[in-house]
Amino acid sequence: MSLRTPLARARGLGAAKEGLSHWIEQRVTAVALIPLSIWFIISVIGLAGSHYEQFQAWLSVPGNTALMLLLLFCVFHHAQLGCQVVIEDYIHGRGARIAAIYLVKMTSALLGVFAGVAVLRAALVGG
Amino acid sequence: MTSLNRPLSPHLQVYRLPLVAILSITHRITGVALSAGTILLAIWLGSAAYGPEAYDQVSALLGSPIGLIILFGFSAAFYYHLCNGIRHLAWDFGQGFELPTVRRNNVLVLIGAAVLTIGTWAFALTH
Repeated sequence: MSLRTPLARARGLGAAKEGLSHWIEQRVTAVALIPLSIWFIISVIGLAGSHYEQFQAWLSVPGNTALMLLLLFCVFHHAQLGCQVVIEDYIHGRGARIAAIYLVKMTSALLGVFAGVAVLRAALVGG
Repeated sequence: MTSLNRPLSPHLQVYRLPLVAILSITHRITGVALSAGTILLAIWLGSAAYGPEAYDQVSALLGSPIGLIILFGFSAAFYYHLCNGIRHLAWDFGQGFELPTVRRNNVLVLIGAAVLTIGTWAFALTH
């Protein structure tokens, strides 16, 4: 058993150097989502009750396709970053915590890629 | 390690939670709920890629009474997360920590979220 105190062992090791980019990315996506989500809500209200052809025509406008892809990236990235923090705070078992974070990241990636591919297919090819 | 036997500060449950603490945990709860709601977003966009029939089915589901209740809850959670999120961004810049400001912003966040939610639905349903 080491006679060094826990503080002495931790001192000088420096930061883990992985928290800052997480923190910044969460804020960058948050700020981007303010105008993107307002655009999304206004668009969806305008499209309410519309048929497939109208929706497809709207989505295939290049600006709308681009904004939708950007929104999807920010939504899923922001969501998985946020859920990771919640898991880290409340799940204390190491194995369960790693498994939960892995599950959240993989689910976000799957949903995000699926939604992105769906937007491209609907916009460029049509259903 | 002797440090493990040190006295701990009282746990969260012995304190009466001030409103700002309740709003803080609500930020997390709405964040997790919105993350779960992204499944709906992926299903909706995915249906557009599978063609008019799939799109019409999902649209009908979202436009049904249960679908509208879910969308209403989703929009309320979103607007709360948006309003409180803007306050979080201000906190990140070290602004708004004085108690009178915190109390005023508690009210602003709640009123803002309520007005935006009701306003959006009033506009969408009469549009």
